[in-house]
Amino acid sequence: MLDVKNLRITFGNQIAVDGIDFSIEQGGSLAIVGESGSGKSVTALSILGLLPNNARVSGEILFEEYNISTLSSAQMQQLRGKKIAIVFQEPMTSLNPVFSIGEQIMETLLAHENLTRQEAKQKTLLALEEVGIPKERFKSYPHEFSGGMRQRVVIAIALACTPDLLIADEPTTALDASTSLQIIELLNQLQRNRNMAIIFITHDLCLVPSIAEHVCVMRSGKIVEKGKTSTVLEKPTHPYTTALTACVPSIYKKYKRLPTI
Amino acid sequence: MDKKNPLLEIRDLKITFPPKKSPVFAVRGVSLSIERGKTLGIVGQSGSGKSTLARAVMQLVQPTKGEILFDGISIGTQSIKKRMQMVFQDPGGSLNPYAKVRSIISEPLLVHKIAKGVELQNRVTTLLQQVGLQEGDGEKYPHEFSGGQKQRIAIARAIALKPELLVCDEPTSALDVSVQAKILNLLSDLRDELDLTILFISHDLAVVHHFCDHVALMHEGKIVEQGPVEDVIHNPNHCVTKELMAACQGRSLNSSDSPSCML
Repeated sequence: MLDVKNLRITFGNQIAVDGIDFSIEQGGSLAIVGESGSGKSVTALSILGLLPNNARVSGEILFEEYNISTLSSAQMQQLRGKKIAIVFQEPMTSLNPVFSIGEQIMETLLAHENLTRQEAKQKTLLALEEVGIPKERFKSYPHEFSGGMRQRVVIAIALACTPDLLIADEPTTALDASTSLQIIELLNQLQRNRNMAIIFITHDLCLVPSIAEHVCVMRSGKIVEKGKTSTVLEKPTHPYTTALTACVPSIYKKYKRLPTI
Repeated sequence: MDKKNPLLEIRDLKITFPPKKSPVFAVRGVSLSIERGKTLGIVGQSGSGKSTLARAVMQLVQPTKGEILFDGISIGTQSIKKRMQMVFQDPGGSLNPYAKVRSIISEPLLVHKIAKGVELQNRVTTLLQQVGLQEGDGEKYPHEFSGGQKQRIAIARAIALKPELLVCDEPTSALDVSVQAKILNLLSDLRDELDLTILFISHDLAVVHHFCDHVALMHEGKIVEQGPVEDVIHNPNHCVTKELMAACQGRSLNSSDSPSCML
Protein backbone atom coordinates (compact mmCIF):
# COMPACT_ATOMS: atom_id res chain seq x y z
CA MET A 1 0.00 0.00 0.00
CA LEU A 2 2.99 2.29 0.64
CA ASP A 3 6.01 1.66 -1.50
CA VAL A 4 9.09 3.85 -1.15
CA LYS A 5 11.70 3.35 -3.89
CA ASN A 6 15.22 4.70 -3.89
CA LEU A 7 14.22 7.76 -1.86
CA ARG A 8 16.91 10.41 -1.66
CA ILE A 9 16.51 13.72 0.16
CA THR A 10 19.13 16.46 0.20
CA PHE A 11 19.35 19.89 1.79
CA GLY A 12 21.98 21.81 -0.17
CA ASN A 13 25.10 19.65 0.05
CA GLN A 14 23.79 17.77 3.06
CA ILE A 15 22.44 14.30 2.26
CA ALA A 16 19.67 13.50 4.75
CA VAL A 17 18.33 10.32 3.16
CA ASP A 18 20.53 8.37 0.80
CA GLY A 19 18.56 5.99 -1.40
CA ILE A 20 16.28 3.93 0.82
CA ASP A 21 13.61 1.39 -0.11
CA PHE A 22 10.85 0.06 2.07
CA SER A 23 7.21 -0.86 1.84
CA ILE A 24 4.29 -1.57 4.09
CA GLU A 25 1.04 -3.39 3.39
CA GLN A 26 -2.53 -2.70 4.48
CA GLY A 27 -2.80 -3.20 8.24
CA GLY A 28 0.93 -3.80 8.59
CA SER A 29 3.32 -2.24 11.06
CA LEU A 30 6.83 -1.03 10.42
CA ALA A 31 9.28 0.60 12.79
CA ILE A 32 12.06 2.90 11.59
CA VAL A 33 14.82 3.04 14.18
CA GLY A 34 17.92 5.20 14.32
CA GLU A 35 19.81 7.88 16.22
CA SER A 36 19.09 11.58 15.84
CA GLY A 37 20.33 12.72 12.47
CA SER A 38 19.89 9.32 10.85
CA GLY A 39 17.15 10.65 8.57
CA LYS A 40 14.17 8.86 10.06
CA SER A 41 12.01 11.93 10.72
CA VAL A 42 12.84 13.46 7.33
CA THR A 43 11.66 10.21 5.75
CA ALA A 44 8.36 10.50 7.64
CA LEU A 45 7.88 14.12 6.62
CA SER A 46 8.53 13.27 2.97
CA ILE A 47 5.68 10.75 2.97
CA LEU A 48 3.37 13.52 4.17
CA GLY A 49 4.80 16.11 1.77
CA LEU A 50 5.79 18.29 4.73
CA LEU A 51 9.44 18.83 3.89
CA PRO A 52 10.69 22.42 3.89
CA ASN A 53 11.04 24.11 0.48
CA ASN A 54 14.82 23.81 0.35
CA ALA A 55 14.66 20.00 0.40
CA ARG A 56 15.29 18.18 -2.89
CA VAL A 57 13.60 14.80 -3.21
CA SER A 58 14.26 12.11 -5.76
CA GLY A 59 12.95 8.56 -6.01
CA GLU A 60 9.36 7.43 -5.70
CA ILE A 61 6.82 7.38 -2.91
CA LEU A 62 3.79 5.38 -4.03
CA PHE A 63 0.78 5.39 -1.71
CA GLU A 64 -2.30 3.44 -2.79
CA GLU A 65 -3.06 4.84 -6.25
CA TYR A 66 -1.15 8.08 -5.73
CA ASN A 67 2.42 8.99 -6.57
CA ILE A 68 3.17 11.36 -3.71
CA SER A 69 6.26 12.92 -5.25
CA THR A 70 4.19 14.28 -8.17
CA LEU A 71 1.15 15.60 -6.25
CA SER A 72 0.51 19.35 -5.98
CA SER A 73 0.32 20.87 -2.53
CA ALA A 74 -3.48 21.22 -2.82
CA GLN A 75 -3.85 17.53 -3.70
CA MET A 76 -1.48 16.64 -0.88
CA GLN A 77 -3.56 18.64 1.58
CA GLN A 78 -6.57 16.49 0.75
CA LEU A 79 -4.61 13.32 1.38
CA ARG A 80 -3.03 14.51 4.60
CA GLY A 81 -5.27 14.03 7.63
CA LYS A 82 -7.70 12.00 5.53
CA LYS A 83 -5.67 9.07 4.20
CA ILE A 84 -2.34 9.57 5.94
CA ALA A 85 -2.06 11.06 9.41
CA ILE A 86 0.79 11.79 11.76
CA VAL A 87 1.35 11.88 15.51
CA PHE A 88 4.30 14.09 16.45
CA GLN A 89 6.74 13.75 19.29
CA GLU A 90 5.85 16.80 21.37
CA PRO A 91 2.15 16.76 22.28
CA MET A 92 2.20 20.32 23.65
CA THR A 93 3.54 21.99 20.54
CA SER A 94 1.40 20.01 18.12
CA LEU A 95 -1.80 21.22 19.81
CA ASN A 96 -3.08 24.77 19.56
CA PRO A 97 -3.09 26.25 23.09
CA VAL A 98 -6.00 28.65 22.45
CA PHE A 99 -8.62 26.20 21.19
CA SER A 100 -10.40 23.52 23.20
CA ILE A 101 -9.38 19.98 22.29
CA GLY A 102 -12.89 19.25 21.02
CA GLU A 103 -12.65 22.13 18.53
CA GLN A 104 -9.30 20.84 17.33
CA ILE A 105 -10.61 17.35 16.63
CA MET A 106 -13.67 18.82 14.89
CA GLU A 107 -11.43 20.99 12.70
CA THR A 108 -9.94 17.91 11.02
CA LEU A 109 -13.35 16.34 10.51
CA LEU A 110 -14.87 19.52 9.04
CA ALA A 111 -11.89 20.01 6.72
CA HIS A 112 -12.07 16.55 5.17
CA GLU A 113 -15.60 15.26 5.51
CA ASN A 114 -18.90 16.66 4.43
CA LEU A 115 -20.42 17.02 7.89
CA THR A 116 -22.50 19.57 9.76
CA ARG A 117 -21.02 20.93 13.01
CA GLN A 118 -23.51 18.82 14.97
CA GLU A 119 -22.45 15.60 13.20
CA ALA A 120 -18.79 16.52 13.60
CA LYS A 121 -19.33 17.00 17.33
CA GLN A 122 -20.94 13.58 17.64
CA LYS A 123 -18.01 11.99 15.82
CA THR A 124 -15.57 13.91 18.02
CA LEU A 125 -17.20 12.56 21.17
CA LEU A 126 -16.83 9.03 19.80
CA ALA A 127 -13.19 9.72 18.92
CA LEU A 128 -12.51 10.94 22.47
CA GLU A 129 -14.08 7.82 23.90
CA GLU A 130 -11.96 5.64 21.65
CA VAL A 131 -8.70 7.11 22.96
CA GLY A 132 -9.86 6.95 26.58
CA ILE A 133 -10.72 10.59 27.31
CA PRO A 134 -14.03 11.28 29.10
CA LYS A 135 -16.60 13.15 26.95
CA GLU A 136 -16.85 15.92 29.55
CA ARG A 137 -13.34 17.05 28.58
CA PHE A 138 -14.54 18.19 25.12
CA LYS A 139 -14.27 21.84 26.18
CA SER A 140 -10.95 21.52 28.04
CA TYR A 141 -7.81 23.22 26.76
CA PRO A 142 -4.46 21.48 26.11
CA HIS A 143 -2.80 22.95 29.22
CA GLU A 144 -5.39 21.24 31.41
CA PHE A 145 -4.10 17.82 30.37
CA SER A 146 -1.02 15.82 31.34
CA GLY A 147 1.53 14.84 28.68
CA GLY A 148 0.03 11.37 28.19
CA MET A 149 -3.53 12.72 27.89
CA ARG A 150 -2.37 15.36 25.38
CA GLN A 151 -0.81 12.64 23.29
CA ARG A 152 -4.19 10.84 23.36
CA VAL A 153 -5.80 14.03 22.01
CA VAL A 154 -3.20 14.19 19.21
CA ILE A 155 -3.96 10.54 18.39
CA ALA A 156 -7.71 11.31 18.34
CA ILE A 157 -7.08 14.14 15.85
CA ALA A 158 -4.91 11.89 13.69
CA LEU A 159 -7.46 9.09 13.64
CA ALA A 160 -10.60 11.23 13.32
CA CYS A 161 -10.94 10.67 9.57
CA THR A 162 -9.99 6.96 9.74
CA PRO A 163 -6.72 7.20 7.81
CA ASP A 164 -5.27 4.12 6.08
CA LEU A 165 -1.76 4.95 7.25
CA LEU A 166 -0.66 6.45 10.56
CA ILE A 167 2.86 7.74 11.02
CA ALA A 168 3.89 8.01 14.67
CA ASP A 169 7.08 10.05 14.95
CA GLU A 170 8.58 9.31 18.38
CA PRO A 171 5.12 9.49 19.97
CA THR A 172 6.36 8.41 23.40
CA THR A 173 9.76 10.09 23.68
CA ALA A 174 8.40 13.05 25.65
CA LEU A 175 6.50 10.79 28.06
CA ASP A 176 7.58 8.91 31.17
CA ALA A 177 8.15 5.18 31.08
CA SER A 178 4.77 3.92 32.27
CA THR A 179 2.72 6.49 30.30
CA SER A 180 4.67 5.58 27.20
CA LEU A 181 3.61 1.92 27.51
CA GLN A 182 -0.04 2.97 27.79
CA ILE A 183 0.22 5.02 24.59
CA ILE A 184 1.83 2.10 22.76
CA GLU A 185 -0.90 -0.21 23.99
CA LEU A 186 -3.51 2.29 22.74
CA LEU A 187 -1.87 2.54 19.30
CA ASN A 188 -1.70 -1.26 19.05
CA GLN A 189 -5.34 -1.64 19.93
CA LEU A 190 -6.48 1.05 17.49
CA GLN A 191 -4.38 -0.44 14.74
CA ARG A 192 -5.93 -3.90 15.24
CA ASN A 193 -9.49 -2.55 15.42
CA ARG A 194 -9.18 -0.49 12.26
CA ASN A 195 -6.85 -2.60 10.17
CA MET A 196 -4.75 0.50 9.69
CA ALA A 197 -1.08 0.50 8.68
CA ILE A 198 1.35 2.16 11.07
CA ILE A 199 4.89 3.48 10.71
CA PHE A 200 6.47 3.91 14.10
CA ILE A 201 9.58 6.07 14.31
CA THR A 202 11.80 5.76 17.36
CA HIS A 203 15.38 5.94 18.59
CA ASP A 204 14.78 3.17 21.09
CA LEU A 205 15.12 -0.27 19.51
CA CYS A 206 13.81 -1.88 22.71
CA LEU A 207 10.33 -0.40 22.12
CA VAL A 208 10.02 -2.02 18.71
CA PRO A 209 8.93 -5.57 19.68
CA SER A 210 5.84 -4.21 21.41
CA ILE A 211 4.63 -2.31 18.34
CA ALA A 212 5.93 -3.45 14.96
CA GLU A 213 6.21 -6.68 12.97
CA HIS A 214 8.90 -5.27 10.70
CA VAL A 215 11.80 -2.99 11.38
CA CYS A 216 14.28 -0.87 9.39
CA VAL A 217 17.43 0.30 11.15
CA MET A 218 18.68 3.59 9.71
CA ARG A 219 22.07 5.18 10.02
CA SER A 220 23.35 8.30 8.24
CA GLY A 221 20.51 8.27 5.72
CA LYS A 222 20.82 4.59 4.78
CA ILE A 223 18.94 1.49 5.89
CA VAL A 224 21.63 -0.76 7.35
CA GLU A 225 19.35 -3.61 8.29
CA LYS A 226 15.73 -4.56 7.76
CA GLY A 227 13.47 -7.53 8.29
CA LYS A 228 11.03 -9.13 10.70
CA THR A 229 11.40 -7.58 14.15
CA SER A 230 11.95 -10.91 15.89
CA THR A 231 14.67 -11.95 13.43
CA VAL A 232 16.47 -8.61 13.46
CA LEU A 233 16.49 -8.40 17.25
CA GLU A 234 17.47 -12.01 17.88
CA LYS A 235 20.10 -12.26 15.17
CA PRO A 236 21.22 -8.78 14.21
CA THR A 237 23.61 -8.96 11.26
CA HIS A 238 24.83 -5.37 11.37
CA PRO A 239 27.09 -4.28 14.25
CA TYR A 240 25.16 -1.00 14.47
CA THR A 241 21.95 -2.84 15.38
CA THR A 242 23.77 -4.73 18.13
CA ALA A 243 25.27 -1.48 19.44
CA LEU A 244 21.86 0.21 19.53
CA THR A 245 20.45 -2.49 21.78
CA ALA A 246 23.52 -2.72 23.99
CA CYS A 247 23.63 0.94 25.01
CA VAL A 248 20.28 0.83 26.83
CA PRO A 249 20.58 0.39 30.61
CA SER A 250 18.74 -2.64 31.92
CA ILE A 251 17.27 -3.64 35.26
CA TYR A 252 18.85 -7.09 34.85
CA LYS A 253 22.47 -6.31 34.11
CA LYS A 254 24.75 -3.74 35.68
CA TYR A 255 27.80 -2.44 33.83
CA LYS A 256 30.54 -0.18 35.12
CA ARG A 257 30.23 1.81 31.88
CA LEU A 258 27.59 1.59 29.19
CA PRO A 259 28.74 0.46 25.76
CA THR A 260 28.49 3.40 23.34
CA ILE A 261 28.36 3.69 19.57
CA MET B 1 34.73 15.48 58.15
CA ASP B 2 33.52 12.02 58.98
CA LYS B 3 32.67 10.16 55.77
CA LYS B 4 29.60 8.60 57.37
CA ASN B 5 27.88 11.93 57.96
CA PRO B 6 25.30 12.67 55.31
CA LEU B 7 26.22 15.48 52.92
CA LEU B 8 22.56 16.23 52.33
CA GLU B 9 19.77 15.63 54.76
CA ILE B 10 16.12 16.40 54.16
CA ARG B 11 13.78 16.32 57.16
CA ASP B 12 10.03 16.08 56.82
CA LEU B 13 9.91 18.37 53.81
CA LYS B 14 6.52 19.67 52.70
CA ILE B 15 5.90 21.89 49.70
CA THR B 16 2.47 23.26 48.89
CA PHE B 17 1.70 25.43 45.89
CA PRO B 18 -0.59 28.43 46.29
CA PRO B 19 -4.12 28.32 44.94
CA LYS B 20 -5.75 28.94 48.33
CA LYS B 21 -9.02 27.22 47.49
CA SER B 22 -7.39 24.04 46.21
CA PRO B 23 -3.71 23.96 47.20
CA VAL B 24 -1.43 21.52 45.39
CA PHE B 25 0.47 19.30 47.81
CA ALA B 26 3.53 18.61 45.68
CA VAL B 27 5.77 17.18 48.39
CA ARG B 28 4.04 15.72 51.44
CA GLY B 29 6.58 14.95 54.12
CA VAL B 30 9.79 13.59 52.63
CA SER B 31 12.83 12.65 54.71
CA LEU B 32 16.00 11.34 53.15
CA SER B 33 19.76 11.66 53.29
CA ILE B 34 22.73 11.09 50.99
CA GLU B 35 26.15 10.13 52.25
CA ARG B 36 29.14 11.94 50.86
CA GLY B 37 30.32 10.35 47.60
CA LYS B 38 27.11 8.36 47.03
CA THR B 39 24.50 8.69 44.32
CA LEU B 40 20.84 8.67 45.23
CA GLY B 41 18.24 8.17 42.50
CA ILE B 42 14.74 9.55 42.94
CA VAL B 43 12.32 7.73 40.68
CA GLY B 44 8.68 8.46 40.08
CA GLN B 45 6.12 9.19 37.43
CA SER B 46 5.38 12.66 36.14
CA GLY B 47 3.64 14.62 38.86
CA SER B 48 5.06 12.58 41.74
CA GLY B 49 6.94 15.60 43.12
CA LYS B 50 10.48 14.50 42.32
CA SER B 51 11.46 17.65 40.39
CA THR B 52 9.93 19.90 43.05
CA LEU B 53 12.06 18.11 45.63
CA ALA B 54 15.19 18.68 43.53
CA ARG B 55 14.29 22.34 43.09
CA ALA B 56 13.80 22.75 46.84
CA VAL B 57 17.31 21.38 47.43
CA MET B 58 18.63 23.99 44.99
CA GLN B 59 16.53 26.70 46.69
CA LEU B 60 14.56 27.35 43.52
CA VAL B 61 11.37 26.53 45.43
CA GLN B 62 10.60 27.63 48.98
CA PRO B 63 9.65 24.73 51.27
CA THR B 64 6.39 25.14 53.18
CA LYS B 65 7.63 23.05 56.11
CA GLY B 66 10.62 20.99 57.10
CA GLU B 67 14.32 21.59 56.70
CA ILE B 68 17.16 20.78 54.32
CA LEU B 69 20.66 20.46 55.77
CA PHE B 70 23.77 20.55 53.64
CA ASP B 71 26.84 19.27 55.45
CA GLY B 72 25.03 19.90 58.72
CA ILE B 73 24.12 23.52 57.93
CA SER B 74 20.69 24.75 56.91
CA ILE B 75 20.65 25.70 53.23
CA GLY B 76 20.23 29.35 52.29
CA THR B 77 23.62 30.79 53.17
CA GLN B 78 25.66 32.13 50.27
CA SER B 79 28.73 30.00 51.09
CA ILE B 80 26.69 26.85 50.62
CA LYS B 81 25.16 27.89 47.31
CA LYS B 82 28.32 27.36 45.32
CA ARG B 83 28.88 23.92 46.81
CA MET B 84 25.82 22.57 44.97
CA GLN B 85 24.95 22.83 41.29
CA MET B 86 22.26 21.55 38.99
CA VAL B 87 21.89 19.98 35.54
CA PHE B 88 18.43 20.39 34.03
CA GLN B 89 16.38 18.12 31.80
CA ASP B 90 16.11 20.23 28.69
CA PRO B 91 19.62 21.09 27.54
CA GLY B 92 18.33 23.61 24.99
CA GLY B 93 16.18 25.49 27.47
CA SER B 94 18.84 25.74 30.16
CA LEU B 95 21.40 27.57 27.99
CA ASN B 96 21.14 31.23 27.00
CA PRO B 97 20.75 31.23 23.20
CA TYR B 98 22.41 34.66 22.86
CA ALA B 99 25.56 33.79 24.80
CA LYS B 100 28.67 32.04 23.52
CA VAL B 101 29.50 28.77 25.24
CA ARG B 102 32.65 30.27 26.79
CA SER B 103 30.62 32.97 28.50
CA ILE B 104 27.94 30.48 29.64
CA ILE B 105 30.59 28.37 31.38
CA SER B 106 32.43 31.43 32.79
CA GLU B 107 29.35 32.87 34.43
CA PRO B 108 29.32 30.91 37.71
CA LEU B 109 33.07 31.57 38.10
CA LEU B 110 32.50 35.30 37.63
CA VAL B 111 29.42 35.48 39.85
CA HIS B 112 31.25 33.82 42.73
CA LYS B 113 34.42 35.86 41.99
CA ILE B 114 36.54 32.74 41.68
CA ALA B 115 38.59 33.53 38.60
CA LYS B 116 39.08 36.27 36.04
CA GLY B 117 41.27 37.19 33.09
CA VAL B 118 43.67 34.56 31.80
CA GLU B 119 43.00 32.22 34.69
CA LEU B 120 39.28 32.26 33.90
CA GLN B 121 39.95 31.49 30.22
CA ASN B 122 42.25 28.61 31.16
CA ARG B 123 39.71 27.15 33.54
CA VAL B 124 36.95 27.29 30.93
CA THR B 125 39.21 25.53 28.43
CA THR B 126 39.94 22.79 30.97
CA LEU B 127 36.22 22.43 31.68
CA LEU B 128 35.41 22.12 27.97
CA GLN B 129 37.98 19.34 27.65
CA GLN B 130 36.74 17.65 30.82
CA VAL B 131 33.28 17.19 29.29
CA GLY B 132 34.66 16.04 25.94
CA LEU B 133 34.34 19.26 23.91
CA GLN B 134 37.02 21.13 21.96
CA GLU B 135 38.60 24.42 23.00
CA GLY B 136 37.23 26.05 19.83
CA ASP B 137 33.66 25.08 20.83
CA GLY B 138 33.78 27.92 23.38
CA GLU B 139 33.38 30.45 20.57
CA LYS B 140 30.15 28.89 19.29
CA TYR B 141 26.51 29.47 20.29
CA PRO B 142 24.26 26.79 21.84
CA HIS B 143 22.19 26.26 18.66
CA GLU B 144 25.30 25.02 16.84
CA PHE B 145 25.38 21.92 19.05
CA SER B 146 23.37 18.69 19.18
CA GLY B 147 21.24 17.84 22.24
CA GLY B 148 23.94 15.65 23.75
CA GLN B 149 26.61 18.31 23.27
CA LYS B 150 24.34 20.95 24.82
CA GLN B 151 23.98 18.72 27.85
CA ARG B 152 27.81 18.51 28.00
CA ILE B 153 27.92 22.32 28.10
CA ALA B 154 25.35 22.37 30.93
CA ILE B 155 27.45 19.80 32.81
CA ALA B 156 30.62 21.88 32.31
CA ARG B 157 28.83 24.89 33.77
CA ALA B 158 27.60 22.81 36.70
CA ILE B 159 31.04 21.46 37.61
CA ALA B 160 32.81 24.84 37.08
CA LEU B 161 32.58 25.67 40.79
CA LYS B 162 33.83 22.20 41.81
CA PRO B 163 30.60 21.52 43.68
CA GLU B 164 30.30 18.73 46.23
CA LEU B 165 26.67 18.01 45.37
CA LEU B 166 25.33 17.75 41.84
CA VAL B 167 21.56 17.68 41.35
CA CYS B 168 20.61 16.15 37.99
CA ASP B 169 16.95 16.51 37.03
CA GLU B 170 16.31 13.94 34.28
CA PRO B 171 19.56 14.83 32.50
CA THR B 172 19.09 12.23 29.76
CA SER B 173 15.31 12.10 29.27
CA ALA B 174 15.44 14.39 26.24
CA LEU B 175 18.23 12.42 24.58
CA ASP B 176 18.51 9.41 22.28
CA VAL B 177 19.45 6.10 23.87
CA SER B 178 22.93 6.14 22.33
CA VAL B 179 23.58 9.74 23.47
CA GLN B 180 22.12 8.88 26.87
CA ALA B 181 24.77 6.18 27.26
CA LYS B 182 27.54 8.69 26.50
CA ILE B 183 26.22 11.30 28.95
CA LEU B 184 25.78 8.68 31.70
CA ASN B 185 29.37 7.54 31.13
CA LEU B 186 30.58 11.15 31.28
CA LEU B 187 28.72 11.73 34.54
CA SER B 188 30.15 8.60 36.09
CA ASP B 189 33.71 9.57 35.04
CA LEU B 190 33.23 13.03 36.56
CA ARG B 191 31.76 11.48 39.69
CA ASP B 192 34.99 9.50 40.22
CA GLU B 193 37.27 12.35 39.20
CA LEU B 194 35.65 15.08 41.30
CA ASP B 195 34.35 12.89 44.13
CA LEU B 196 30.80 14.11 43.50
CA THR B 197 27.73 13.32 45.53
CA ILE B 198 24.77 13.15 43.14
CA LEU B 199 21.01 13.49 43.53
CA PHE B 200 19.70 11.94 40.33
CA ILE B 201 16.07 12.41 39.31
CA SER B 202 14.61 10.05 36.70
CA HIS B 203 11.46 8.26 35.62
CA ASP B 204 13.46 5.35 34.28
CA LEU B 205 14.27 2.68 36.83
CA ALA B 206 16.75 1.01 34.47
CA VAL B 207 18.83 4.19 34.21
CA VAL B 208 18.78 4.55 38.00
CA HIS B 209 19.77 0.91 38.41
CA HIS B 210 22.76 1.56 36.20
CA PHE B 211 23.84 4.85 37.72
CA CYS B 212 22.87 5.02 41.41
CA ASP B 213 23.82 3.37 44.70
CA HIS B 214 20.53 4.05 46.46
CA VAL B 215 17.05 4.69 45.18
CA ALA B 216 13.95 6.36 46.60
CA LEU B 217 10.60 5.93 44.86
CA MET B 218 8.21 8.83 44.98
CA HIS B 219 4.49 8.67 44.48
CA GLU B 220 2.05 11.54 45.05
CA GLY B 221 4.57 13.58 46.99
CA LYS B 222 5.71 10.81 49.31
CA ILE B 223 8.54 8.33 49.35
CA VAL B 224 6.93 4.91 49.13
CA GLU B 225 10.04 2.77 49.06
CA GLN B 226 13.77 3.32 49.44
CA GLY B 227 16.99 1.40 49.84
CA PRO B 228 20.08 0.16 48.01
CA VAL B 229 19.19 -0.02 44.33
CA GLU B 230 19.85 -3.78 43.94
CA ASP B 231 17.63 -4.62 46.93
CA VAL B 232 14.73 -2.53 45.69
CA ILE B 233 14.91 -3.94 42.16
CA HIS B 234 15.23 -7.57 43.23
CA ASN B 235 12.61 -7.29 45.88
CA PRO B 236 10.14 -4.50 45.10
CA ASN B 237 7.43 -4.04 47.72
CA HIS B 238 5.26 -1.15 46.66
CA CYS B 239 2.94 -1.40 43.67
CA VAL B 240 4.37 1.79 42.13
CA THR B 241 7.82 0.20 42.12
CA LYS B 242 6.37 -2.86 40.44
CA GLU B 243 4.64 -0.71 37.83
CA LEU B 244 7.87 1.11 37.03
CA MET B 245 9.67 -2.24 36.87
CA ALA B 246 7.03 -3.44 34.42
CA ALA B 247 7.61 -0.35 32.30
CA CYS B 248 11.29 -1.31 32.10
CA GLN B 249 10.53 -4.93 31.34
CA GLY B 250 8.25 -3.86 28.52
CA ARG B 251 11.26 -2.15 27.00
CA SER B 252 13.71 -4.89 27.75
CA LEU B 253 14.89 -7.41 25.21
CA ASN B 254 16.21 -9.82 27.84
CA SER B 255 12.90 -10.45 29.48
CA SER B 256 10.37 -13.09 28.60
CA ASP B 257 7.63 -11.75 30.89
CA SER B 258 5.37 -9.08 29.57
CA PRO B 259 4.31 -6.23 31.83
CA SER B 260 1.68 -7.54 34.17
CA CYS B 261 0.17 -4.40 35.63
CA MET B 262 -0.52 -1.07 34.00
CA LEU B 263 -1.46 2.24 35.52
